[in-house]
Amino acid sequence: MNLEQLKRLKEKAQQQVALREGHKKYRVVVSMGTSGIAAGAREVMKTMLDEIEKRGLADVEVRVTGEIGLEDVEPVVRIERADGEQTTYAKLDPEKARRIVAEHLVKGTPVENLVVGKEKKP
Amino acid sequence: MIRAHCLICAGAGCISSGAHALKEALTAELKQRGLDNEIRIVETGCMGPCDLGPVMLVHPEGTFYQKVTALDVPKLVEEHFIKGRPYQPLLPKEAPTGAVVNTQRDFTFFAKQQKIVLENCGLIDPENIHEYIARDGYAALGKVLTSMKPEEVIAEIKASGLRGRGGAGFPTGVKWELTAKNPVKPHYVICNADEGDPGAFMNRAVLEGDPHKIIEGMAIGGYAMGANNGYIYIRAEYPLAVKRLQIAIQQAYELGLLGKNLFETGFDFDLELRIGAGAFVCGEETALMRSIEGRRGQPQPRPPFPAQRGLWGKPTNINNVETWATVPIIIRNGASWYGQFGTARTKGTKVFALAGKIRNTGLAEVPFGTTLRELIFDIGGGIPNGKKFKAVQTGGPSGGVIPAQYLDTPIEYETLQALGSIMGSGGMVVVDEDTCMVDFARFFLEFCCDESCGKCPPCRVGTRQLLNILERICSGEAELEDLDRLEELALMVKDASLCGLGQTAPNPVLTTLKYFRDEYLAHIVEKRCPARVCRDLLQFTIIEEKCVGCSVCARVCPVETIFKVGGQKKYYIVQDKCIHCGACLEACKFQAINKTSEGEGFIPPPRPAVLELPPGRKPTAVVTS
Repeated sequence: MNLEQLKRLKEKAQQQVALREGHKKYRVVVSMGTSGIAAGAREVMKTMLDEIEKRGLADVEVRVTGEIGLEDVEPVVRIERADGEQTTYAKLDPEKARRIVAEHLVKGTPVENLVVGKEKKP
Repeated sequence: MIRAHCLICAGAGCISSGAHALKEALTAELKQRGLDNEIRIVETGCMGPCDLGPVMLVHPEGTFYQKVTALDVPKLVEEHFIKGRPYQPLLPKEAPTGAVVNTQRDFTFFAKQQKIVLENCGLIDPENIHEYIARDGYAALGKVLTSMKPEEVIAEIKASGLRGRGGAGFPTGVKWELTAKNPVKPHYVICNADEGDPGAFMNRAVLEGDPHKIIEGMAIGGYAMGANNGYIYIRAEYPLAVKRLQIAIQQAYELGLLGKNLFETGFDFDLELRIGAGAFVCGEETALMRSIEGRRGQPQPRPPFPAQRGLWGKPTNINNVETWATVPIIIRNGASWYGQFGTARTKGTKVFALAGKIRNTGLAEVPFGTTLRELIFDIGGGIPNGKKFKAVQTGGPSGGVIPAQYLDTPIEYETLQALGSIMGSGGMVVVDEDTCMVDFARFFLEFCCDESCGKCPPCRVGTRQLLNILERICSGEAELEDLDRLEELALMVKDASLCGLGQTAPNPVLTTLKYFRDEYLAHIVEKRCPARVCRDLLQFTIIEEKCVGCSVCARVCPVETIFKVGGQKKYYIVQDKCIHCGACLEACKFQAINKTSEGEGFIPPPRPAVLELPPGRKPTAVVTS
């Protein structure tokens, strides 16, 4: 073992525990109330989880939450950036979810035609 | 992708309240619902609030759940992991206000703490070295070996102001220097993990929750002091800590973080466990070394100090678990960073084990200078059941008690000493108004008397005689002169004993005499136990108006001294055979048993003319007059 090897071990191991540290750049919040689940929110979330893992995005965490008040346009996903910018997407399906990961989470550009709301929180 | 980590506390406390069953149920439930690819279960070390166990922490939200049983699992998974809302019934409540706490950060118990030694405890899997490395583990050892001279390491520890956490508070850097400068070779380093104070479990938590930190600290110390061998002396009563240490040492060897040529610098360091049989005196450093050598654990006069002549006659440095665990953090963050915590005299933080009559029993780490009140009432949540705080005993069985008027004392080695108590290793036993201070002193003295190794007469004979006097006081047979004898003898044992055990054993007696003399006087003069604890001075009677005649008390009475009042549905306790065990008081559902102490002036109701045998009792029991 030398310093270089320890550093590499640390970088690898950090991915395992990063989730417990908080302070991620993006937080994906999936609305998982009864209507969300009925409309396919779990499929949407699973697709996003797979896609995030495939692309190795380390700076993203995924949470689920209850109804967020948009029952008629479920499945709904809100993406919160660390600086407070929140983008809400509605009427999603796995295909659209994949696009959101590719565009919004990777490149940082929201998929405008799926956005139903934007706000900036301090 | 794993979207959530479910950290289950696998400290000894939570394991005994059912953490393993919880883990199994949770694993099965997640698998059944197809969530096992999304949620990872991790067993961690102690999170702190042991009384609330089994506890569980879910990240990324930081939701903290208490008293989670296997039966709660289906509902919890449904609510938290599927629907994404905290499962309300298992959220903890703030002690005084009853407000529901949503996340760990918001819980006063955690929010008021400063976790340095416990930074990884309850956050990483202690059986996985990679999780320790992810949290900067072994970086300090690498830094020391590749870029610092041994003298620089000692200078850094000196500059940090770190003091021994075993109780005496001797500056660690100075102690290290003494060993390092001794020309006799080889040198040894030892970790004292023989935590034996009743009600103390801070070292166990670190050993179980973050064992690698101790290993790293000892390797750093070994380098600084020119020692290539280290021993961890741990008691057999800590099987889980032993197991986790063994795993940790093995993993460190596998990755080349122990053994030969560490970090390719030519420095070798080997570490061994030595299991003690659990004698309290083996926590004393000279007795501990003899025990490691395979001899009977008995203390030796000092000097020579271990740094002069220690293990196998060679220079040796012994530090407590917490001291070793602090070393890597100081090296990693620097002495000046560490110096920002604590007070001018004492830097850093201290882990305390809160026990006794306190709401949040468990483990808390606070900076030195925190007041007893903040620790007991803010973090500890105060006294349960609306009782009044009476005193706190710091520093284990040989620590003194501190009464309510000193609650605002900042916690430091010197301040506690000034009050007649000691820091010890950090035990805190809180007692409320229902505790008799004489009985309390007797209990702890009995412990020290049992654990005396027998080598020096002041401790062997003196503690026994002290105990005899206390037992006389508790049974109401003492005279006023006994108080003077007690005090004189206590001071004699304190002055003349060979080691720390005897020197501190009279502390509970001396401090209770100082702060609660009135209770001693009540026992001796009035034959009254104010807290109604000392059995020989108690009196149990039945309140006639409240008795419904259910006969439960008569059935549980072990000496069959409760009888039915002739012709009535009432019961009566015949005093002369009563052994004051209190079984009737516990059994009665109608609060019809009255407990008083003799000397309170309470006159038992007159004996009824006719007493009958209660139903179910054999007629052989004769009603005596």
